[in-house]
Amino acid sequence: MSGFNKVVNSYEEAMAGLSNGMTVIAGGFGLCGIPEGCIAQIKKMGTKDLTIVSNNCGIDGFGLGILLEDRQIKKMVSSYVGENKLFEEQLLAGELEVELTPQGTLAEKMRAGGAGIPAFFTATGYGTPVGEGKEVREFDGRPYIMEESITGDYAIVKGWKADIYGNVIYRHTAQNFNPLAATAGKITIVEVEEIVQPGELDPSQIHTPGIYVNRVIQGNFEKRIEQRTVRA
Amino acid sequence: MALSREQLAMRVAQELQDGYYVNLGIGIPTLVANYVPSDMEVMLQSENGLLGMGPFPTEDEVDADMINAGKQTVTTISGASIFSSAESFAMIRGGHVDLTVLGAFEVDVSGNIASWMIPGKLIKGMGGAMDLVAGADNIIVTMTHADKHGNSKLLDQCTLPLTGAGCIKKVVTDLAYLEIEDGQFILKERAPGVSVEEIVSKTGGKMLVPDHVPEMKI
Repeated sequence: MSGFNKVVNSYEEAMAGLSNGMTVIAGGFGLCGIPEGCIAQIKKMGTKDLTIVSNNCGIDGFGLGILLEDRQIKKMVSSYVGENKLFEEQLLAGELEVELTPQGTLAEKMRAGGAGIPAFFTATGYGTPVGEGKEVREFDGRPYIMEESITGDYAIVKGWKADIYGNVIYRHTAQNFNPLAATAGKITIVEVEEIVQPGELDPSQIHTPGIYVNRVIQGNFEKRIEQRTVRA
Repeated sequence: MALSREQLAMRVAQELQDGYYVNLGIGIPTLVANYVPSDMEVMLQSENGLLGMGPFPTEDEVDADMINAGKQTVTTISGASIFSSAESFAMIRGGHVDLTVLGAFEVDVSGNIASWMIPGKLIKGMGGAMDLVAGADNIIVTMTHADKHGNSKLLDQCTLPLTGAGCIKKVVTDLAYLEIEDGQFILKERAPGVSVEEIVSKTGGKMLVPDHVPEMKI
């Protein structure tokens, strides 16, 4: 009996069950706070026709960008893409579909998906290409568009520390989309820098309660920096 | 003389008030942070989930887990807070950010803004711009008055796909400060040494020109 112990010891176990055509929600902003090990495992498994929901798609050779190399991604749902040549090539060749989604709407789609709310109204995107074909309702004289929430077959998340029950704490701005992604996966995998015992994390400081988490794995992270800016 | 990028940022900085929470977009808007008056406290919001953004780090302080919305390494000021993307856009969409400054390709007399997509060119995405313009009451657009071919960016109707509809009321260009009201631009200030005639000739959209248009104080 493992009770609430969610720790797995290999990425094979962590990503077990992922299959062709599934939707994967990934945390991260640019290369900050991305689930490096889960992405590498998806690459290794060669799973195809994936729909990936993530703010960005990594860069050439790192992050979600490596899943483009063997054309594993069918569709990206993102707010900002194209930091990689391969992405551009596949997009222009019609091999890759992109659903551009405003960043706040994307975050709310995940949040709502995880919270059991199928859709919501937002002013974001009204009167723009994003609003085309979507239901419009007026509240207090202002038009809003209906946006449907997102859930994933899998969610892959990068945390800082987790206990074995899957309670997670994020570090700095590596939090970003991670806690939202964590709520929206049918199976949620969290990879962290350190796994601790129950009771070692302050309950008031937990960002993602373990109820959302199915598997926890300790990883090693390169943490590549996209724009290294310093002052003298 | 048309304003330099720095002067544009200095003019925008005059719109800051003590105690403001401010979101600055990429490019010229980012420079506004350099001109916050020393007797004023302003907190910068970065939409990837940071309120209280500080300057770039020193070499020793660089931390891959601490970036801004431009994916640059940054620091936090004392009293900063960090949160999820949903929380970040809740404060943006919910109208809690006091001032948003962002760039644009075009703005029109109806307060429409186009800033994210040029058909025929590679489309990278809108990032958080659509949420920012939809959520903020107080938005300043900074841009050059005309593009490099001399075509006005202040129009009767935007020609490019919109970022937001009817949400812009203030524009600072390298030639002028304008407000948008009742379906027209109102010329409020001109850049030092720039004539009203030059501004009129470079403004594509309907513009009200008051009898006296003061020079900006930079």
